[in-house]
Amino acid sequence: MRLDVKKTYKLFIAGKFPRSESGRSYQVKDSKANHVANVALASRKDVRDAVQAARAAQPGWAGASAYNRGQVLYRIAEMLEGRREQFVSEISSLTGKTQKQADAEVSAAIDSWVWHAGWTDKIDSVAGSMNPVAGPYFNISTNQPTGVVGAFAPQGSALVGFVNTIAPAIVSGNTVVVVTSEHLSLPALTLGEVLATSDLPGGVVNILSGKEAELSSWLVGHMDVNAVDLEGTSNPTELEISAANTVKRVIRPGTYLREGSKGNLQHILDLMEVKTVWHPKGH
Amino acid sequence: MQAEEIVGSRLTNQSLSRWLHSLPGVDKVGLEARAASLATRSIKTTSKVWGLDMAIKMMDLTTLEGMDTPQRVRSLCQKAMTPDMDDPECPTPAAICVYGDMVPHAKAALGKSKIYVAAVATAFPSGRASMKVKLQDTKDAVAFGADEIDMVIDRGAFLSGNYLEVFKQIQAVKQACQRPKGKPAHLKVILETGELQTYDNIRRASYLAMLAGADFIKTSTGKVTVNATLPITLLMLEAVRDWFDQTGELIGVKPAGGIRTAKDALKYLVVVKETAGERWLTPELFRFGASSLLNDVLMQRKKLLTKTYLGPDYVSVD
Repeated sequence: MRLDVKKTYKLFIAGKFPRSESGRSYQVKDSKANHVANVALASRKDVRDAVQAARAAQPGWAGASAYNRGQVLYRIAEMLEGRREQFVSEISSLTGKTQKQADAEVSAAIDSWVWHAGWTDKIDSVAGSMNPVAGPYFNISTNQPTGVVGAFAPQGSALVGFVNTIAPAIVSGNTVVVVTSEHLSLPALTLGEVLATSDLPGGVVNILSGKEAELSSWLVGHMDVNAVDLEGTSNPTELEISAANTVKRVIRPGTYLREGSKGNLQHILDLMEVKTVWHPKGH
Repeated sequence: MQAEEIVGSRLTNQSLSRWLHSLPGVDKVGLEARAASLATRSIKTTSKVWGLDMAIKMMDLTTLEGMDTPQRVRSLCQKAMTPDMDDPECPTPAAICVYGDMVPHAKAALGKSKIYVAAVATAFPSGRASMKVKLQDTKDAVAFGADEIDMVIDRGAFLSGNYLEVFKQIQAVKQACQRPKGKPAHLKVILETGELQTYDNIRRASYLAMLAGADFIKTSTGKVTVNATLPITLLMLEAVRDWFDQTGELIGVKPAGGIRTAKDALKYLVVVKETAGERWLTPELFRFGASSLLNDVLMQRKKLLTKTYLGPDYVSVD
């Protein structure tokens, strides 16, 4: 007889899989309340480390060509496909979905990656503009990534909601620190393993599992975070006030569908800044 | 105490050599383990606030680049006088550390503030120049009004066993620190531990510098691959502690180079407290040579006061 080798689900920060700095963990239960795994319980210091990693990775990721970012995101979809079974079993165990329903959720998540991957080199063609001005100038508006995004994945979605939270942020060259759903965190943490093996530079996506209420004020208040997606938070009004102190971009809960939708261009644009340049034209 | 008295005979290279080589050998494994164990100590809440403030007070805010300009030095001085624009209670660094030719600019910018000006001298960082040049370098900086001189030892002479030569050079520079009127400039002797190869050599160089009249012994120039480390600083603190027991003279220690985070600085303070004792927890006897440390300490300090993490966008670059 042999003992099963149980997996420890750890955080994903700077391309590595550390335990929580605090040394804490919590139990994740399946839909029938059986203990299925121990998961790292992130602390504010993990938030700090993750933001530092995201900041360090941001210029490199934004500086990569749009084509290159698209290739990397597409690669993530390929790797997800290869791990389909693992995701299906995690989703159905945690949510009580049937195999078929869970399989459909994984398909939706993969489709969402592919949809987002396609946008990297098209954002400016669609959302940028050449503005008519009264003078001998070209006046061009282009969309730039805003920087580091702090995001809270929806609490009620295991995988597709998580994907639809991080993909819109990183498409344009942002880096992201994302807090997973507390009780449905396993597929999100497994996705970290997919990201680690798919050419995505370390630090572009940083995944923290834990209690949203404990981490949100630290992540949203962090002065080195440029935008926050409050989808999975319980006290968005308070957090929005805190975000206003440092003029962060804010996405309120419920603004975008996280399930039953592949994605939304406006969601991508909400995490970008418009830059307008004037260029002399000559005659 | 006179050098002869301590060495026990007339000063020759032979007697110095015998004295230095009679110092006990350094237990490398023990030293590193001790430093590592002290580094694990956790400093929180009020102790942390005290430690961060002390780290700022002990700082020699440094700019030693070929591309330094008077403007850059002036802006660094501004930063030293007002480290945190939002908090007038924020302590100020002990000194500004610059190249000799920048001393007048630093002096002018600092005006009546209590911040000292330290100048590196004696052909910093290599120390490869004739004695005449080294002394003139020192005298220039002293004449410009430098309060402290950071000299480098001749590592070539030290490593080839020419201890008397190193001793004489330090003494000569100490002499050049005198002023006709007023207080002499404080002398910090840079051992450049990263080039001394062994812990035994670092211990010997520390004793040699103290014997020759150093007011401070400093680890590094910051210009070589290995700069200040915790074990090296611990070793040098042991040296000043034992020197005090032997002679009653209080000598300071200054680790420099590679100390970038508030966390590192606090580790050093623990080592100071546990090795030399609380007496050394003062800017008069312990300094940090650092350029980027101040920003991290300021960010940590502000985090403790505001309960919000800061980003590097919120502290000045220089």
